[in-house]
Amino acid sequence: MSASHQLPPPLFDARCKACWLTFAVLVLVVASFATLDLQWAKFASWDALQRMGRFMGELLHPVTTPALLHKVWQATLETLAMSALGTLMAAVLGLALALPAARTHAHDAARWRGATRLLLNGLRSTPELVWAALLLIAVGLGPFAGTLALALHTAGVLGRLFAESLENAPPGPAFALRVRGVGELRVLLYATLAQVLPQLLSYTLYRWENNIRAAAVLGVVGAGGLGQLLAFHMGLFQMGETSTVLLAMLALVALVDALSYGLRKALA
Amino acid sequence: MSHATVTSVPAAAATPTNAPLRDPAWRTRLFWALAGLALLWPMGDLTEFKPWLLAEPGALAPALHFVGSFFPPRTDADFLTLLLQETWRTVAMATAGLTLALLLAIPLSLLSVRVLSLSSLAGRMAVGPGVLRQGVRWLLLVLRSVPELVWALVFVRVVGLGPTSGVLAIALTYSGMLGKVYADILESGDTHATHSLMRNGSGRLQAFFYGLLPQNAAELTSYTVYRWECAIRSSAVLGFVGAGGLGQLMDSSMKMFNGSEVASILLVFMLLVWLADRMSAALRKNLA
Repeated sequence: MSASHQLPPPLFDARCKACWLTFAVLVLVVASFATLDLQWAKFASWDALQRMGRFMGELLHPVTTPALLHKVWQATLETLAMSALGTLMAAVLGLALALPAARTHAHDAARWRGATRLLLNGLRSTPELVWAALLLIAVGLGPFAGTLALALHTAGVLGRLFAESLENAPPGPAFALRVRGVGELRVLLYATLAQVLPQLLSYTLYRWENNIRAAAVLGVVGAGGLGQLLAFHMGLFQMGETSTVLLAMLALVALVDALSYGLRKALA
Repeated sequence: MSHATVTSVPAAAATPTNAPLRDPAWRTRLFWALAGLALLWPMGDLTEFKPWLLAEPGALAPALHFVGSFFPPRTDADFLTLLLQETWRTVAMATAGLTLALLLAIPLSLLSVRVLSLSSLAGRMAVGPGVLRQGVRWLLLVLRSVPELVWALVFVRVVGLGPTSGVLAIALTYSGMLGKVYADILESGDTHATHSLMRNGSGRLQAFFYGLLPQNAAELTSYTVYRWECAIRSSAVLGFVGAGGLGQLMDSSMKMFNGSEVASILLVFMLLVWLADRMSAALRKNLA
């Protein structure tokens, strides 16, 4: 036997990280399916299938009365405005929070960095829907609560992204201004911010795209827009109306996706 | 951008010192600022943007009172056990949903990848396969365009409350996202190895397993792990429409204005999201 006839490596080796990882994932998946009381039998029963079929059949017949179309149009505009205003407010708030959260040069003490980052994490890890549910108590039902909820969550997301791009901006121009004794505000305006602005804009547009989806569903808890209309009609089992609202939602999401994709391509 | 405002006129061409220092682009700036304001106005109107409502004496008091009741968070053993159960249910819903999503996404992305087309090796792709691939792409688009919360609402109507609706909702939406991104990843890389295999007579699945998959495995896994993290977030939220888990617990506590329970749930939720975030970041770093 020559040395070139080596046995293949053993399939399992206690030091093989990937094996353990695969094993852990398998255990997680099996445990998940085992512990959830998934009622497949109920779901696949003849009765449920019939109901599902009827439901889908009704969904295929959207109602197109002028009164409903007008309501859906209003709700679509409301959703659009909620997402746009929410994202705008988030961009302003996010930038305001990103400035103390970024250490832009080596001698920057950045005293508030830790505290601001903690605040940003808090804002970010609470989902929009939870913010909306909390804000409904303060400002009542309606799109205002939804707008604020979007703004708060997105401010957390954007603030962190903004802080990172401020920290990663090429330091040259800022340094050149700083050694001549230019003040921090002007260094920010004419060097750092001027360099990263396209990136910040593209992040903001990307989040807007996400927020339009979020704004469409926020209404489910009563925060206005298409979601509220959807929850209302679905609650009354008016499937034709529900289908119209769903179609409006799909169209809106597709439109904003295309728009944002085009804008980001133009910016890049 | 305002580069124009900082660059001064070159010294050689400088006119006498009293040249006006004004912004050459002020007209466009003013126009866009006004156009922005004109757009903002109807938006504020549509969203009933009335921040002064917050300043009214009666408005903020109940909310502040509610937030005040957050402290101390409820930490007795009964509630913590319940919380632990619901947390596990949230994770399990996300994992089961993502597993089902993979079962749907992998075949669909294989069907839609253009690199694995035999007819396109010789030039243009044949009509039939081209139509099929575009059709599958549209199916993926529809699947991911409907938010998971809407799917969950639909399924809750059909099968009733419970985690089944949540799992199915995650499975459908995420299969659309995963399928599309998988196809994009597979198409974006170097296709040379795959095409050589196919030109030399290997089947499409063979070319996938020996050419395309090894090249892109790390990126595919990393994206899947990232989506698992997102699925945990959405499964927590799906509870709000009755799919079980942390969201449902929070919804019921919130409806009873039980601040200390809401605070505990929020804290656990943040911890869960943070843990998932850390885990997925560490895994992705190892894969990169």
